[in-house]
Amino acid sequence: MTAKLSPRTEIRLAGEGGQGMILAGIILAEAAAIYDGKNAVQTQSYGPEARGGASKAEVVIASGEIDHPEVLNADVVVALSQEAFKKFASSVKPGGLLIVDEEKVDSTSAPQAIRIPVTKMAFETTGTVALGVLVGLTGVVSREAIEKAVTARAPRGTEEMNHKALDAGFTAAEKARK
Amino acid sequence: MAVKLMQGNEAIALGAVAAGCRFYAGYPITPSTEVAEVLSRELPKVGGKFIQMEDEIASMAAIIGASVGGLKSMTATSGPGFSLMQENIGYAAMTEIPCVVVDVQRLGPSTGQPTAASQGDVMQARWGTHGDHPIIALSPISVRQSFDLTIKAFDLSEKFRTPVILLTDEIIGHMREPVELPDFKTIRSEEYRVTAPGQEYIPFRNESGDVPPLANFGVGYRYHITGLYHDQVGFPTQRLDEIDPWLERVNTKLDKHLDEIALVEEDYQDGAKVALLSYGCSARTARHALKLARAQGKKVDMLTLFTIWPFPERQVEALGERVDRIIVPEMNLGQLAYEVERMAGRKKVRRVVRANGEMVTPQMVLEAMEG
Repeated sequence: MTAKLSPRTEIRLAGEGGQGMILAGIILAEAAAIYDGKNAVQTQSYGPEARGGASKAEVVIASGEIDHPEVLNADVVVALSQEAFKKFASSVKPGGLLIVDEEKVDSTSAPQAIRIPVTKMAFETTGTVALGVLVGLTGVVSREAIEKAVTARAPRGTEEMNHKALDAGFTAAEKARK
Repeated sequence: MAVKLMQGNEAIALGAVAAGCRFYAGYPITPSTEVAEVLSRELPKVGGKFIQMEDEIASMAAIIGASVGGLKSMTATSGPGFSLMQENIGYAAMTEIPCVVVDVQRLGPSTGQPTAASQGDVMQARWGTHGDHPIIALSPISVRQSFDLTIKAFDLSEKFRTPVILLTDEIIGHMREPVELPDFKTIRSEEYRVTAPGQEYIPFRNESGDVPPLANFGVGYRYHITGLYHDQVGFPTQRLDEIDPWLERVNTKLDKHLDEIALVEEDYQDGAKVALLSYGCSARTARHALKLARAQGKKVDMLTLFTIWPFPERQVEALGERVDRIIVPEMNLGQLAYEVERMAGRKKVRRVVRANGEMVTPQMVLEAMEG
């Protein structure tokens, strides 16, 4: 169960404000651009609220120039809320990968979705778990790169917690593959 | 410096520091706030001043005052704040005091949609204040160019004694891309001001096509500054023989320097009959479509404008002579297209527009090439 990624790999991370989706997007882009030596562009959209409301980060990764900065045909969509699922599940390209939160999202309409209890696994580090799942399932960046990027961005004192969350995500991805 | 993932707005703030900006006054507004955030941290480190003002009218007044006092000065805002700044932008144009105004465009009119992108201030940047005056507006297409054009904005502002608008947008301002910035010490900025006393000094000398240098207040010259029409030393006048030479000089002061001011990139193919013309975030979309079309063997020209005002008339007119159709994607209902039509003829121009906060898509541009 792996997605075939396009040379211009497009990833959409969506959920509620406060789940860390935008930070997860930044970390993923840094893993690609700083630690894997590729090009990456990260964009975002969010409502005026600091918590709650819809929040979405997009990351485009390529080895060459990236012109249009936003997702056009998503290789991967991660949806951690019902609203995000409703809005973005259909933006996955055929053969792409849809990852949903098992508890927060009713994905009966999308039998191909991979269900992982991301928010239940770690409340404070939801975004980091999601990154572990995403990278574990796609290999869009190297494990080493995502680990370095998480270390660089984790607030001081939370490095260990974030690495545990990342590992938990990789483990969940491993199980989902089987 | 190492490669860093950085937002366009951060790059603007750092570009300002690199250009020697040492005064920022502003009132935070989405989606421009990161410019203020970064400068509130960085300016004190280099001996600069950061002031959060009570509103945008005061912010604009503060940077004009700081500039004439001798510091390179900047403010940043978005549509609603940019509207409030217009009166004092006119004052800076009238008094020929250099300053840089960053406008990170968001969806309008009015409060519009604070977090949604737009390119709806193209005409406001040109004609937002009243009366006839020149203005320069630059529009970056990437994070790195946000840094470079901020430096350019300061240089042009100082050299031509005019406000310069850095007209960016929510997409480029909030977008993160990997960039490697140059060592700030390598960035050379020329001194255009009179910084020492003792010379003969006429602050508004009306020799045709001239930009008389500005003497910093306090270095020893007595002159007057007013938003009224003024004589050569700055005192109010109603004499036509003083007003007319001012109008003539100020409204032509950029003309001899258009090659230096009009920053464009011409990516042309022999035999192309269709061209794309764009700027800011929409130029990214246009370039995406351009590559797809060329990959299919189509011949297409692309003109990217980094300078919006003064409008690069010569280049656009020449493009109109090369091709049969010019497609202008932009995130408004066709503001720049008016100017393209003026230079290339209305029948040649095809608008590809979106003004609901969503980007124009490459598909929309490709369809305009076909139809």
